[in-house]
Amino acid sequence: MFKKGLVLRFPAEIVDQPIVWRLVKDFDLSFNILKATILPGKEGIMVMELSGHPKNVSKGLQYLRDLGVEVKTVGQEIKRNEDLCIHCGACTAVCPTGALSVDRETMQVVFDPDRCSACELCVTACVVRAMEVRLEREAL
Amino acid sequence: MGEFKVRKTIDEINEKIRRGEAVVVTAEEMVKIVKEVGPEEAAREVDVVTTGTFSPMCSSGAFINFGHTVPTIKAYRVWLNGVPAYAGLAAVDIYLGATEPVEDDPLNKVFPGEFRYGGGHVIHDLVAGKKVYLKAVAYGTHCYPRKEYEAEITLKDLPYAVLCNPRNAYQNYNCAINLSDKTIYTYMGILRPKAANANYATAGQLSPLLKDPYLKTIGIGTRIFLGGAKGYVIWAGTQHNMKVKRTEKGAPLTPGATLMVIGNLKEMDPRWIVGTSHLGYGCSLAVGLGIPIPILNEEVAMYAGLGDEDLFTQVVDYAYDYPNGIKRNYGIVSYAELKSGKIKVLDKEVPTVPISSYVRAKEIAEILKDWIKKGEMLLTEPVAPIPGADLFPFRSSG
Repeated sequence: MFKKGLVLRFPAEIVDQPIVWRLVKDFDLSFNILKATILPGKEGIMVMELSGHPKNVSKGLQYLRDLGVEVKTVGQEIKRNEDLCIHCGACTAVCPTGALSVDRETMQVVFDPDRCSACELCVTACVVRAMEVRLEREAL
Repeated sequence: MGEFKVRKTIDEINEKIRRGEAVVVTAEEMVKIVKEVGPEEAAREVDVVTTGTFSPMCSSGAFINFGHTVPTIKAYRVWLNGVPAYAGLAAVDIYLGATEPVEDDPLNKVFPGEFRYGGGHVIHDLVAGKKVYLKAVAYGTHCYPRKEYEAEITLKDLPYAVLCNPRNAYQNYNCAINLSDKTIYTYMGILRPKAANANYATAGQLSPLLKDPYLKTIGIGTRIFLGGAKGYVIWAGTQHNMKVKRTEKGAPLTPGATLMVIGNLKEMDPRWIVGTSHLGYGCSLAVGLGIPIPILNEEVAMYAGLGDEDLFTQVVDYAYDYPNGIKRNYGIVSYAELKSGKIKVLDKEVPTVPISSYVRAKEIAEILKDWIKKGEMLLTEPVAPIPGADLFPFRSSG
């Protein structure tokens, strides 16, 4: 499941519309609201996680932008669940930055978070789903 | 058997294991020993070589009997955590296949599908001691009147559960590339366009059947490491093929022999039986499997000493050739090259990607070595050869 952390800024003229409902209904997305300040007739702000199929997420974001919602992504990071990783190496096929690589001496899969761009390609490439997406909480 | 300078029998090796005097080494260590002292001396020094592999292995599954209910039921359709099991066996006997997706899985409708849960995951959950939800429906008979049954089950409560895998431990496998201009999603992992990566699926010098390439010691009845427990080889696996192209030293260049294996699910460890999800392909089960090779003579030692530079596979295009059954390869590469991180294909340097865990394969070989050294596992004399193979005599010393 593709997940994105978002900061949404709603212009005053559209805060009365059921926008999040449309994301669920029309784009088959699920959401988790982390923070929201939305008052009638005033500009609103909402921090949420939006998840679903990547294609649906990008369609949903386009819908928001077309409405005039300002969309910013919250920084997110990829963590490896060490209990789950079996050190096969399948993730290294898709990692574009070399953050995931195979140590040729030990054949262990090494994860260097400093080189990770949080593109999330490894999340579904991992056969045991050991790569997890987390929002950087301090960014909220 | 006069031609051998070193001759040992299983009985002699087992006697040494019982006395705690057997020399047991991993296949990786054996490669070094044979390189240093040669196969004859290695055969004198070493009694047992342990191998291992840990990789998704389709054609795996479990036979389960979930126990008679009151009133009785002759289950007609059965689901475990929503995953359909095959119920056409007997009243409460089922077979749960590793690659069966959960019933309402979207499959590849939105491509590439994620296949997050399936038979392999249920088997893992059972082995991990988790509760699994069982649902059975039936049409009702005089002797089995019940038409529906639902229950939470755990492995401990099941009267009977065995892992029985129709095809495991493939002796060698293709190295996969994609020569098309779009990413493809295969059982060999994700293959980026224009041969941007080359995926391979074998533990090379640790892989069980590559270390006894003619199956001269491994046969029906051979006791093995399976899923963390002791299991057995019970027959050749599906697609088993002994008539393959080989190197001068006997190592197959293509997928060759396979094994059907069995073991008690109740004794297994969730570390070695893990459900897997393959993007755009389906779900499966990663199985830990290791086989001890008794070093009966210098020929067995020579084979067991084959290293990554002696073991080869072919590079196959999975975009066009494989799905269309075209038998063509883009070169032969050694496991030493594959493990180095790059190979040369069509005059281009291609990064290699392992999809079988060498780290875990090594761990299995070490565990097996430990079991044998401590006398917790004795070697077995096969009751019959795998079809198409010839076993060395095990009892006679002369």
